[in-house]
Amino acid sequence: MILHTVNKSPLTSSCLNNCLRAIGDNDGLLLIEDGVYGADKHQGLKLKPLPSGITVYALKADVEARGLMGRLSEDVRVIDDQEFVDLVVSHNASQSWY
Amino acid sequence: MSKRILTDSQSQSKHGISVDVEGYLRNLDDWSEQVAEVIAESEGLQLTSEHWEIVRLLRDFYQEYKVSPAMRILVKQVKNSLGSEKGSSIYLMKLFPGSPAKLASKIAGLPKPTNCL
Amino acid sequence: MTDKKQSILAVLTKPPYGGTTAKEALDAVLTAAAFEVPVSVLFMDDAVFQLLPEQKTEGIEVKCLATTLPVLPMYDVEHIYVDRKALVDRGIDAEQLILSVQPVETDTLRSLFQNHSRILSF
Repeated sequence: MILHTVNKSPLTSSCLNNCLRAIGDNDGLLLIEDGVYGADKHQGLKLKPLPSGITVYALKADVEARGLMGRLSEDVRVIDDQEFVDLVVSHNASQSWY
Repeated sequence: MSKRILTDSQSQSKHGISVDVEGYLRNLDDWSEQVAEVIAESEGLQLTSEHWEIVRLLRDFYQEYKVSPAMRILVKQVKNSLGSEKGSSIYLMKLFPGSPAKLASKIAGLPKPTNCL
Repeated sequence: MTDKKQSILAVLTKPPYGGTTAKEALDAVLTAAAFEVPVSVLFMDDAVFQLLPEQKTEGIEVKCLATTLPVLPMYDVEHIYVDRKALVDRGIDAEQLILSVQPVETDTLRSLFQNHSRILSF
């Protein structure tokens, strides 16, 4: 189980696309900083089709800062800093796309 | 005396207010009317009601936009709310000699206007 | 349209946080405007995200850009353009933005670059 972290906007960087090529079953995808734009439901961000069992997380502070709270895809889980830490601990490896 | 009250450190003393090298408050929440008077005194000014109406106008502006206005914009704002007699550089120069936008912001406990030379 | 002889077009392409470019752009625009240099602003690409409402930055401990952007008209910055394609690509409605902006099509966008004497890119 790998936790993939993306911190760049999917519209101006290939980070998310590359991450989605590399991500495997049951991995986690965490969107932080400008990466949270990838959770915006208006953009058709090709978050689908995701391999099975993948959960997409977005960091709350970054989502709120960018005014995206009301624009997220329904299947994205918004997490706080403590949950962020738990997430890192519960995965046995992590990969940062930046 | 006033210089001593404005300590440039993390002093925990009751009167210790932390300011930067130019005398602007490090923590905007430290501001009070008393603090304004102390800052003014350290700049050689005694605050009158004419000073206060400018200081309050600046604080309202900052409250809304989170930026200290540059001189030209301050003049315009004063003109709009206090009339054209006060809305002039000369009037503001008399109240806050030198660089009115900077000095008045300092007394109002606001950051230095970023767009002022 | 502003006079080409002495006008600046500030071209903004970066999102509000995650870097300091958006903040630097705003500072530069306000500085030019403070000195009465005619300046127009063009939001393109991810910079249109700067204009979204409900930005709450307490959690990331940076100053909220959306609070300061509405000061532009006070600084007499009245020509604020936004690339309509950037809005459409992001599903953003021009009516919901924190500033009154003028959406422009590609032709107008191109002419903006031609009609200003200086271009600042952020």
